Amino acid sequence: MEKAIEAVNLTKYYDSFLAVDGVSFEVKTGEVFGFLGPNGAGKTTTIRMLTGILKPTKGEVRILGYNMLSEREKIKARERMGIVPEMANPYVDLTAMQNLRLMGELYGMSKAEIEKRSIELLRTFDLYKKRDVKVRGFSKGMRQRLIIAMAMIADPELYFLDEPTSGLDVISARLIKDVIREEKKAGKTIFMTTHNMADANELCERIGIIRRGKLIAIDTPEKLKGLVKGRVSVEVSFEPMKFDSSILSSALKVETMGDKVKIYTNDPDATVKELVRYAERENLRIVSLRTLSPSLEDVFMELVGGKND
Amino acid sequence: MIDQLKRSFAIAKKDMLIFYLKGPVVIMGLIFPFFLFLAFLIGRNLSGEQLFVGLTAMTAFFTSTAVGPTIIPWECRGRTFERLITAPVSLTTVLLGDLQASLYFGLAVTFAIALPAALYLAVSPGLTVFLMATLLAVLVFSAMTILFSSYPPTDVPADVMMLTSLVKFSLLFISGIFVPLEHLSPYGRAVSYLSPLTYYVDALRHSFGKGYLPLWADFGMLALFGIFFFLVGVTVHRRVLEKRFT
Repeated sequence: MEKAIEAVNLTKYYDSFLAVDGVSFEVKTGEVFGFLGPNGAGKTTTIRMLTGILKPTKGEVRILGYNMLSEREKIKARERMGIVPEMANPYVDLTAMQNLRLMGELYGMSKAEIEKRSIELLRTFDLYKKRDVKVRGFSKGMRQRLIIAMAMIADPELYFLDEPTSGLDVISARLIKDVIREEKKAGKTIFMTTHNMADANELCERIGIIRRGKLIAIDTPEKLKGLVKGRVSVEVSFEPMKFDSSILSSALKVETMGDKVKIYTNDPDATVKELVRYAERENLRIVSLRTLSPSLEDVFMELVGGKND
Repeated sequence: MIDQLKRSFAIAKKDMLIFYLKGPVVIMGLIFPFFLFLAFLIGRNLSGEQLFVGLTAMTAFFTSTAVGPTIIPWECRGRTFERLITAPVSLTTVLLGDLQASLYFGLAVTFAIALPAALYLAVSPGLTVFLMATLLAVLVFSAMTILFSSYPPTDVPADVMMLTSLVKFSLLFISGIFVPLEHLSPYGRAVSYLSPLTYYVDALRHSFGKGYLPLWADFGMLALFGIFFFLVGVTVHRRVLEKRFT
């Protein structure tokens, strides 16, 4: 399969600070690739080098076969890319329609194409009724939907989405995730960064994890989960909620989570039996009991050491 | 090339819709030159031609330098700049768009003021010289704003406005508006040659048959200043671009 993104030994220094250290990876055409890392790990710097905003101190970037270090080729690549930068805003003094028109014109589209595609996108993102309202009056979710619509105006084949669902309400986040799935179905390549492990698990076919500027893992979500040993857990909720962790000889670690307790164990069978015996002895009703395999969040925490960079 | 020019016009349209009515633009581009002109007028016994040259030069200079310097800082502050430069346009195209926004604003306001002023003052400048000089000068002043907006790479428009005002006022007072070139001391005249406004004022005076320098020298110097401002502005913008994101 063709490569949509090729990063070779990407390195970026800000003065003497090494922000990205020799990152290399490839993203295949039609793939949804998640790029994860704690705050300050180098995600945004990497995405900015991939999209040609920052020049790498060392290394090479090829996007859709174009060398992003050449000004001319960079523009050609961008004509086939849709980019949503981190914390970007639409123009608040323009209407939703004017924002889309501007992007269409920057992509060299004809007036008729822009009008048709804008209306289509405004309907998809549930903004059609607000098309002639200035963006200043939009909520954060509406602005983010508009930003993604702007990136989609020219129906590009590759997307760079930097935190596309960060801080959004459930409805806007779900709408955006649905659009990402639709674009994937249509054969588009998507490179996204996110802090939301559930989103990454749900949407991405492969995930790269960056820490302190270095790519420390890259694989499918399920294979990454296999990297974490002893992370099977049992989650239980009693009524009334009462729990004494000393009764469990098989527990490695116990975490209280709201009205539930999560017990990490190497032997889920023994843990479940101990919990059932405890409930009978204490006359507690088991509201829920389930065994969980390691989550992507567990993998992430294990790999990055539970701290921001 | 033509494609990038079309895209730069899209950027100029966006600038016109967003920035023309911003407070600092209205103050520095419209209100300020009006009061400066009053200060120039009151208490002095000036001919209609002198008044017309002074009013037109100040209007062109202030209006065409009002919009440009603050566009990029405003874009950075509003978090729209990264979105703009990740579109399929070069940085030069973005700057050409900003230059056009200054150019159209400068031309529209200058002609809107100059026409009634000529009628009111009953003066008739040579139309070809007047039009060519104004078009070229407004283009040069617009290019100057590309340089103004390049450094420091800030997201605070007031920082740029302060520095810009300092340079603009210095240029205004050495450019032969208040004292014609021929009445300046040789030293004063040498200093005045450092300002592009000097050549526009002189070209405007040529439109009444009264210039001091040869007309070709005025036009030539304006063209050189314009090329210099744009090229240096683009180079500095390129150099500091990464600093806007770090």
